[in-house]
Amino acid sequence: MQPFNNIEMLLTNEAIQQKLTEKFGDALTNWQEPYGMLTFTAPKDLNLKILQFLYDDETLRFQFLTDLQAVHYPEKTGAELAVVYHLHNLVDNVRIRFKVFTDIQTPDVYSATALYQSANFMERETYDFFGVNFVGHPNLRRILNVDEMDYFPMRKEFPLEDQTRIDKDDEMFGR
Amino acid sequence: MAQSEHILLPEGSLEKQTTTLNLGPTHPATHGVFQNILEMDGERIMSAVSTVGYIHRAFEKLAERRPLYQITPITDRLNYCSSPINNMGWHITCERLLKVQLPKRVDYLRIIIMELARIADHLICNSIVGVDSGAFSGFLYLMQYRELIYEIYEEVCGSRLTTNIGRIGGFERNFTNTAFEKLEKFLKEYPAVLKEFENLFNRNRIFMERTIGCGPISGERALNYGFTGPNLRAAGVDYDVRVHSPYSSYEDFEFSVPVGTTGDTYDRFLVRNEEMWQSLKLIGDAYKKVQEFKGAEAEVFHADSPAYYLPEKKDVYTKMEALIYHFKIIMGETDIPAGELYSSVEGANGELGFYLISDGGRTPYRLHFRRPCFIYYQAFPELVSGGLLSDAVITMSSLNLIAGELDA
Repeated sequence: MQPFNNIEMLLTNEAIQQKLTEKFGDALTNWQEPYGMLTFTAPKDLNLKILQFLYDDETLRFQFLTDLQAVHYPEKTGAELAVVYHLHNLVDNVRIRFKVFTDIQTPDVYSATALYQSANFMERETYDFFGVNFVGHPNLRRILNVDEMDYFPMRKEFPLEDQTRIDKDDEMFGR
Repeated sequence: MAQSEHILLPEGSLEKQTTTLNLGPTHPATHGVFQNILEMDGERIMSAVSTVGYIHRAFEKLAERRPLYQITPITDRLNYCSSPINNMGWHITCERLLKVQLPKRVDYLRIIIMELARIADHLICNSIVGVDSGAFSGFLYLMQYRELIYEIYEEVCGSRLTTNIGRIGGFERNFTNTAFEKLEKFLKEYPAVLKEFENLFNRNRIFMERTIGCGPISGERALNYGFTGPNLRAAGVDYDVRVHSPYSSYEDFEFSVPVGTTGDTYDRFLVRNEEMWQSLKLIGDAYKKVQEFKGAEAEVFHADSPAYYLPEKKDVYTKMEALIYHFKIIMGETDIPAGELYSSVEGANGELGFYLISDGGRTPYRLHFRRPCFIYYQAFPELVSGGLLSDAVITMSSLNLIAGELDA
């Protein structure tokens, strides 16, 4: 177990941030480290360039796509949907996360399927639940929901419980 | 079968040279609700299209309305062959978010439970590989020992399959002596059984010829497809969350991570078998460490986090503070700190991740489950194309596809 901890010291979050800033300049914003994981926001048309750079760079080597999903923020006008990428450098054992925001009217984001086969189902799932249109995806169909569904159920405007219920007083409990 | 051996179709015919075959959604050999639309040329699979989503249950949406502790029963139903790992993974995520420090004894008890679950899961998977290749006896033999594991769960938490085991901050109650006795019985009896199971299969000529070279994948492709867990390790990549980002004090233990080379069904089988041995070793070591706690320390089974861990019932009836905490926890009125966290554990099938965003309310703002099955299932068409139909069946069972984890 010891070797991993030693290697981990080489590629620090600061070093990654510096590398990325050198390459992309001020385009990357909102650098944070919640619970130790380096997180940043990128413009949505840069997402593939960033993924490719992180993949190809000799020191960064973020070649494993751990997770890809979306979050809906209805109150952020013009940037309602966030697509979140979790990447893992398996050699140095470092994880990072980055987000691209897109408006909900034209939720077009470039697909990462050319770089990662694993992005195929993950992007289909994200499309299925949030309606993010992954441009360049080979087969962007619904995956978990029925094909006939005409809305994107994980968006916040679709409440979980039947809103016509009157037997529950939400003033006291829950939102 | 060569192309020329087919019946020549007349010009402009709507017939095709290949046969379309539905494998699933309900088929005895798929062990779950999966559909694969296969294009067959005789016995060979030309291409496959996988359909998933038959048991989608909107877990992520449900989680947005539930306080943290009510999400645990949801995680049971992901990979239901090893529910305790999912439960613990969720508890660990919550504890990281809430910054709860666990006593060592709880960590070790959790390791015992998680490794038992890993054995229960691998045991099912491997014996099903046996069943699908025509060897039923291994399955019947091992099943008895899953029963012993389930009895231990039952003793600890009261249920067997969908366990809802443990709480945020520890366990709901201390392990009883009976639980430890059952654990000892299992540790004593299982090695001989596993050895005999291996004797039946590992060097069995029929089994080897059936599984070697069946559904192989290279390490590079496996990584690109997002494989994790035993399936990735069978392809030769030694990635294990327990080693790479230790949780629940796995760093206190010595164990090895078995790897294969070819990533075929045989290697996946061997890797899972070896992982069962490693899990047995881990359980033994963890049990030894648990026994080293003496006096008051031996009674510790939860962390001191009154805002999230239910107080004892007798305190609820007699003490004001305990009553308030009890009420707030049960009604889910405790706000969770705002934050964003990705936390993962080594599930029986791979990296089981929880991506949790909290805006400081009583429920998560967004919760995403990274289900290893869902991600590696997309490699299935590539694994089976060009192979025989019967190989597809055995490849599917050796990938250990669990419908619950696929669909969330």
